[in-house]
Amino acid sequence: MKLVTAVIKPHRWEDVREALETFGVAGMTVSEVSGYGRQKGHTEVYRGAEYDVALVPKIRIEIVVDDADAEDVVGIVVKTAQTGRIGDGKVWVTHVESVVRVRTGEQDASAL
Amino acid sequence: MDGYYAFMLVATALVLMMTVPALALFYGGMSRSKSVLNMMMMSYVAAAIVGILYVAVGWSMGWSGDGTLFADPVDLLWLDGVATGDYVYVMFQMTFAIITVALISGAVADRMKFSAWVVFVPLWALVVYFPMAHMVFSCTDDSLICGRIGAQDYAGGTAVHINAGVAALVLVLLLGKRIGWPKDQMRPHNLTLTMLGAGLLWFGWYGFNVGSIVFAGEEGEAFTERFISETGRTFANTTLATFAAILGWLLVERLLHGKATSLGAASGIVAGLVAITPAAGAVDLGGAVAIGLAAGALCAWAVGLKFRLGFDDSLDVVGVHLVGGVVGTLLIGVFSTSEGAGGVDGLLYGGGLGSLGAQALGVLVAVVFSGVLTAVIGLALRLTIGLRLDAEDEVDGIDLAEHGETAYDLHSASSSGATGVLATSTVPASTPPRTTTTGSTSSEGVNA
Repeated sequence: MKLVTAVIKPHRWEDVREALETFGVAGMTVSEVSGYGRQKGHTEVYRGAEYDVALVPKIRIEIVVDDADAEDVVGIVVKTAQTGRIGDGKVWVTHVESVVRVRTGEQDASAL
Repeated sequence: MDGYYAFMLVATALVLMMTVPALALFYGGMSRSKSVLNMMMMSYVAAAIVGILYVAVGWSMGWSGDGTLFADPVDLLWLDGVATGDYVYVMFQMTFAIITVALISGAVADRMKFSAWVVFVPLWALVVYFPMAHMVFSCTDDSLICGRIGAQDYAGGTAVHINAGVAALVLVLLLGKRIGWPKDQMRPHNLTLTMLGAGLLWFGWYGFNVGSIVFAGEEGEAFTERFISETGRTFANTTLATFAAILGWLLVERLLHGKATSLGAASGIVAGLVAITPAAGAVDLGGAVAIGLAAGALCAWAVGLKFRLGFDDSLDVVGVHLVGGVVGTLLIGVFSTSEGAGGVDGLLYGGGLGSLGAQALGVLVAVVFSGVLTAVIGLALRLTIGLRLDAEDEVDGIDLAEHGETAYDLHSASSSGATGVLATSTVPASTPPRTTTTGSTSSEGVNA
């Protein structure tokens, strides 16, 4: 199994969710996060004083999937979250040792 | 007559509302989340202290008779000898004293000991404001600014705004910059509070300006005629100048910084109201728009001066109240019409330089009087009880240090994440990350 973690722009979130649902992803964990990459935040001006706001809001999606689906899920996220402008985010895949469904105790593939 | 009394009761309540809560909200929203309660408390406690002091000696110093700087301080002590039917005038003037003192607090955000503020407030009211109110508002023959110099000031451009603005500047210089200013993030933490406060200030300002009508002994029909025509003029002027100042501020901001901001609109409101305060009775509608535009534009530019000159006037009391007050008071000399309350023609209406000269002299007296005496009070406090909060307390947050409270619960589980704490945790691009905005609650965060 793989854990796909995606950090994307908030305004792409609805489209990404729809695309993942259409593909058949059973569930995901989503959080509102802050951070920065190459775009280094943004500038705000208050009464003429400029402030560099280093952290910008992002959406983080975490999905545990079968090994076979990982590549497709990454592809869907990249395709739907992409605007081509700096700050689109990142997707990464990590190996998952085991998964347990809390309600039933089912393990691994049957727990997804 | 009856209508006038009823109106004055309402006007008095409106002006008190300008301090509690309007000014407190306006300033509170602009301060940081770790110091918003202290910011608001400075206004609330100033109201309580100055209000009682005004009844004790303030009214007597202002209105018991003639005098160049002030009248007899003990003649009407504790309103002894004042008819209850005249209390409404006492209360009305009291609310002016309150807001003038409270205005200063915006300049000293985050770093002035609460105890020092509580001592500064009555001293400043007694030594600086009460005399200034006599010089401007009582307008006896000997009173310096109104009687002798003959400067027009309808509702307090000199006595209130220039006075508070100069005092703010002096206090800032004695107090020093906040730790980290101007490098660290010191963004307004809640501009919706500021927008609300600016709107309430505007509403209350109708009591302030329109309620400042003074009669010259008219009775019966003549009284009613004067009341109706003059309040119509001051109400309309107050409104139009404010509209113009919003546009003036936003225009300059758009040109200088690229965006028209909500803080700019809120600040424009206040700048316009400040500038039309002295001029509300003297000018016609065109003059009101011109004064509002000039004040909005000039103040929008002036708030940037503190960065160039290096004084940490935290919420721009100097840039808005001193500059706006000077603009409004001086421009009376240009736009005043003899049809107005003062009966004087300004430069534009063929009155020559006479009015402008008197206005300039009035400004000068207000600046020097307030500047010198505020410096004396501030220095005396700095050398005795001290003005400045302990450095560690300042970084942790004055709300926690001075009041044992925090304004917001930012660490509950439901508000964590980008919409809660992290979104406001910002760091300057050039320096290593430090939790400026969340400093006040960091100790809680560790325990949570």
